[in-house]
Amino acid sequence: MSTLSNFSGWLLALFQLALFAMAAPLLAGWIKWLKARLQNRRGSSPLQPYRDLHKLFGKEVLVAETASAVFRAAPYIVFGATLLAAASLPLLTVKLPTAAIADMIVMVGFLALARFFLALAGMDTGSAFGGMGASREMLVSALAEPAMLMAIFTLAMSAHSTNLSSISSWVLNEGAILRPSFMFALLGLALVAVAETGRIPVDNPDTHLELTMIHEAMILEYSGRHLALMEWAAQLKLLLYGVLVVNVFFPWGIAESFAPGALALGLAALTAKLLLLSMILAVSETVLAKMRLFRAPQFLNLAFLLAVLGLLSFVILESGT
Amino acid sequence: MIGQLDLLHQAIFVLAALVVFSSFFLLSHSRLTSAIHGFAFQGMLVAAVAALMARAGGNPHLYLSALLTFTLKGLLIPWMLHRLVRRLDMEREVENIAHPVVLVLVGMALVVFSYWVALPIERMQATETRNIVAVSVAVVLLGMWMLIARRQVVAQVLGFMSMENGLFLAAVSSTQGMPLVVELGVAFDVLVAAVLFGVFFFHIKESIDSLDVDRLNRLTEGKEA
Repeated sequence: MSTLSNFSGWLLALFQLALFAMAAPLLAGWIKWLKARLQNRRGSSPLQPYRDLHKLFGKEVLVAETASAVFRAAPYIVFGATLLAAASLPLLTVKLPTAAIADMIVMVGFLALARFFLALAGMDTGSAFGGMGASREMLVSALAEPAMLMAIFTLAMSAHSTNLSSISSWVLNEGAILRPSFMFALLGLALVAVAETGRIPVDNPDTHLELTMIHEAMILEYSGRHLALMEWAAQLKLLLYGVLVVNVFFPWGIAESFAPGALALGLAALTAKLLLLSMILAVSETVLAKMRLFRAPQFLNLAFLLAVLGLLSFVILESGT
Repeated sequence: MIGQLDLLHQAIFVLAALVVFSSFFLLSHSRLTSAIHGFAFQGMLVAAVAALMARAGGNPHLYLSALLTFTLKGLLIPWMLHRLVRRLDMEREVENIAHPVVLVLVGMALVVFSYWVALPIERMQATETRNIVAVSVAVVLLGMWMLIARRQVVAQVLGFMSMENGLFLAAVSSTQGMPLVVELGVAFDVLVAAVLFGVFFFHIKESIDSLDVDRLNRLTEGKEA
């Protein structure tokens, strides 16, 4: 590869990362709007998250007296780690130089780092709510992570690589094949994504007023730009899981070169796929009720079962010569 | 590799994998009526596998067994069980499963074990669908595990019937189906078993006022503790 295309690759990677960060609030706002329409409410505009973030960035930061440096540093670490995790995903094109740096396991590691500091920050001020939220988040994530890794290993075993870009292009090359392992891995990963991004039925993203809340309980003490970064990171995480699901399992349309036409097609395909995914999410959130927290382990056990069945059906059904 | 097979065989594999998943659904589902629905779903899946195998292998007599399985295990037996449950007034019955996670984990171990058991069989065969033998052994073992671990009589009956589903799956996928006489015999066996189980349900319910077989261990007469 010549230096020029390498340079443009890095430029594109930066552009893609910026696009990721800019599009994340839109997806969150869009899902919220869609849900409101489904529930016969008018709903706030899909652009509302941008306005919220803008407002929060302009506000004064209030920090509790008991808070330590961890509390101040956490929003930057959480946002940074989530953004780095997002950088390893193929968004518009599969051939980015950033893909060579990080694979899926690194991505899961970045997300775990973000979650660790989120939980620390929740406990830091010593408020009861923060500690409760942190302990619940850890309960959910400790059960969700094995399921996620199992689903990822299923993909990695089929594609002989843990690199997300290689998996995407492998699926592209193989064409449309019905794979039981991919089906199970997709379902397992979807359940994990629901739990990890704090959507119904595990957590309710719309309220600060429930005793059962998880994510909102941890960031209750934050204000101003700290809160903005935390919320932005949560929106990024939602987009990250959405892109992970659509671009790894259904990569059709993603650009395989840096030509402007292919990139535009990739953007259009990604938008269409995310639209479809967000509709599924909105409908499922409207139909389902939030479950009790103590049911969450069973929900994640199902996710783990699906992921393990994916792995087993790859070994049993697909790998024979 | 699955990529080299045609769409028909890929669909067969997907359905076979779903059969195992439905076994897990049966194993861990505590609500009676939805467990019966799960069993009906499994019967239909097995019938669909048989129909696809008939299409793929050009065995018209498999269509007949697919139809038989569909009507018996997909419609008739679930309907009978459903009616029984309604007549016993147990539609809202939820069994209290002691360790649901352990139940499922042991089930996963059984799937791995059945793969190990079925490996030598798979090596001897030349058909494309030989891999499904491991799946069917897993379904049989999961049904057996359900018989051991669950305490609800109806759940145990469902486990027993799903074992038969596993056997049928093995026969269809590895040897192009059993002779029709055998198949008819087994089908009516299962049907008669379902009727007899119904009679037993009534007797058990009448004598211990519950369908939880753990209560059969208690020999106290009159008032219970």
